[in-house]
Amino acid sequence: MKKFLAFLLFGFMFFGLNAQNKSDLPNITLKNLDGQSVNISEINNGGKPFVMTFWATWCGPCVKEHNALTEVYDDWVEETGVKIISVSIDDARSTAKIKPFVDGKGWPFEILLDVNKDLARAMNVSNPPHTFLFDGKGKIVWQHTGYLDGGEEDLYEEIIKIAK
Amino acid sequence: MKKSLLILAVILCATTLYGQDFLNKSKVSGSFQLDGNYYWEDNGIGITEDKINGEKFGAYGFGKLQYQLGDFSAGMRFEAYQTTPMSGFDARVKGMGVANFFATYDNGTIGVTVGDIYDQFGNGLIFRTYEEWTLGFDNSLRGIRAVFRPCNGVTLKGIYGKQRYYWVSYEEERGLVRGVDGEWDINNSIEALNDAKLKATLGASFVSKYESEPTMEYNGNIYQLPQNVGAYAGRMNLGYGRFGLSAEYARKINDPSFFNNWIYRDGQELLASLSYSQKGLGVVLQAKRVDNMSFKSMRTARQNDLDIGFIPPINYTHTHSLPSMFAYATQPLGEMGVQFQVNYTIPKKTALGGKYGTKLAFNYSQVNDIKRDSIMVDGVNTLNMMGTKGYTSPFFAIGDKMFYRDFNFEIEKKISAKWHLTLMYINLYYDMETIEGHPGAEAVKAHFAFGEAIYKINRKHSVRLELQHMWDNVGKNQEVDPLYEEYYVKRGNWMAFLLEYTIAPKWFVSVADKYNYGNPIADNRDHYFTGSVGYIKDQTRIALSGGRQSQGLVCVGGVCREVPASSGVSITITTSF
Repeated sequence: MKKFLAFLLFGFMFFGLNAQNKSDLPNITLKNLDGQSVNISEINNGGKPFVMTFWATWCGPCVKEHNALTEVYDDWVEETGVKIISVSIDDARSTAKIKPFVDGKGWPFEILLDVNKDLARAMNVSNPPHTFLFDGKGKIVWQHTGYLDGGEEDLYEEIIKIAK
Repeated sequence: MKKSLLILAVILCATTLYGQDFLNKSKVSGSFQLDGNYYWEDNGIGITEDKINGEKFGAYGFGKLQYQLGDFSAGMRFEAYQTTPMSGFDARVKGMGVANFFATYDNGTIGVTVGDIYDQFGNGLIFRTYEEWTLGFDNSLRGIRAVFRPCNGVTLKGIYGKQRYYWVSYEEERGLVRGVDGEWDINNSIEALNDAKLKATLGASFVSKYESEPTMEYNGNIYQLPQNVGAYAGRMNLGYGRFGLSAEYARKINDPSFFNNWIYRDGQELLASLSYSQKGLGVVLQAKRVDNMSFKSMRTARQNDLDIGFIPPINYTHTHSLPSMFAYATQPLGEMGVQFQVNYTIPKKTALGGKYGTKLAFNYSQVNDIKRDSIMVDGVNTLNMMGTKGYTSPFFAIGDKMFYRDFNFEIEKKISAKWHLTLMYINLYYDMETIEGHPGAEAVKAHFAFGEAIYKINRKHSVRLELQHMWDNVGKNQEVDPLYEEYYVKRGNWMAFLLEYTIAPKWFVSVADKYNYGNPIADNRDHYFTGSVGYIKDQTRIALSGGRQSQGLVCVGGVCREVPASSGVSITITTSF
């Protein structure tokens, strides 16, 4: 059994080394704030980089991160064309609250509801906030867990590296 | 188990042998987490050698691997829980093995998953399987799921299987769970309505559990039990411009169980919300009613074991360390609640908004019991009596007993490029008797004040200071009946502080103390002092902390997780690839 698992593990790793061309977006459908379905694998930003960040209403650092991103967002869009997609992992207790919460805070991002953490699981997100930077082809080029004050600037440095 | 892994491996090999092109398209990812604790004796907070029982070291870890190739994906999760009495986990989570594996094929129209399934129907009222690592909770369904999307906007789902019950073999006795769900997103499915202002989604689901035993004997009486228990739910979600209305209603046929004291009453639940929002303002009103809705795949299951349905609490979730000690737990046997929340941002460059704007939030939540009227049978009051219909309950009548009430107000303001302030007031009513199951315990009627200041030294360096105070209705001089001393562990006034220094995006270090200075029992007037240090590199995070930890949701260094009470040192490592 153990040997078998080890074999499986190596197998996975071997295949992993060969993973090159595929977009890192899983084939999962979530809803947006209007209740419309969005297939994650079809997300793109017209060839420009985009950010996907996982958060929850009960997560203080996540709310801080979103507030900080809100302040700089207009500048970032103007300079790099980046787009931020914000994925709430709140469960059904908060589904109805997300839209008023987001609007009340004035966050300008595209919000998706990952009510049963399907996307979070597929993207190996354990604890929010967890932020991914994708290049124009949908490949993950950088990711970061947690938010410390000023952390948005480090994200921006990464965006600038890949923005054309 | 071995068989299923073999199947998984065969599928993997088959697909990879198919060609080099496939190899290039395959993708492997995964994640890993390890929590290690070393506990020591701390008589000050009642942690004696007996309680530790020689098990000073606790470790909990999981490793997850996922494989994706086009429309095919597969994965597994290995878990190891070396729990100790101090860890706060249910003793049954102890063990290790591959707790979860799955293989999915989904081409957009048809999807099939075999293995351990996480999913939910609607809000999850009659079906939700999920996993919460920090709680040791996992009610995944081992079986099969099929999803069919015949046309735009229509999704049909079917599930069939048995739920995870800690490490108990799936061969052992427990119910079968079967269910179907349909959802119709009207705007998406009818082209002429694609851009209509009114957005509507309708859904319906049916779930049934089957248990083979048709009778139960208790005290010489034979009780006939339903082998099949059906539950159904209907839901709608409407949006019209700035307004939103959503509701879900569920009903379950009689389902006598240990949890409801073996009464033969149908269960029902309603969850509804109305919202209004525009840029800078969001208002939401929610209501719910739960009546006898514990739905488990084994009649004798206790606590949170083998839940098929999920009853969402609707109250505000507190994250600050003092109020989070008094978190509400839903009462599946019956509760009625409302929740009202307003979020408002005073715009930038106005007198009150200042240069950066000011964020305000107000929240009111209240949860009461439902009203239960007795049923008289041959002159006998059968209220909640085993083997009877239990009670009747008028739908709109609110029970006298209040379980929980919270109103809070928060103001958050960036003062300048350097300073950021948050202030919060919380008024809480917490019925300890019901929520913690302490018969006769005095309810908590407390006020909390919270203040946080962040000073940004420069681009990377910041200092954060958090101060909290709790005023409890139980005073320092209140006499406590020695029989009920355990009810007073966290009562009386508290004060707390947290000082954190962060160097973005990698380092954080903090010291914190919670001091129960107003506890009526002198021995309980304890400090809970902790120190933490952590390092984050991309998606890897290592945190080390030491001191006394009381139970609650703890957020340090940018991440929140729920931790049990302890005294000692702990390390947490998380990463993904």
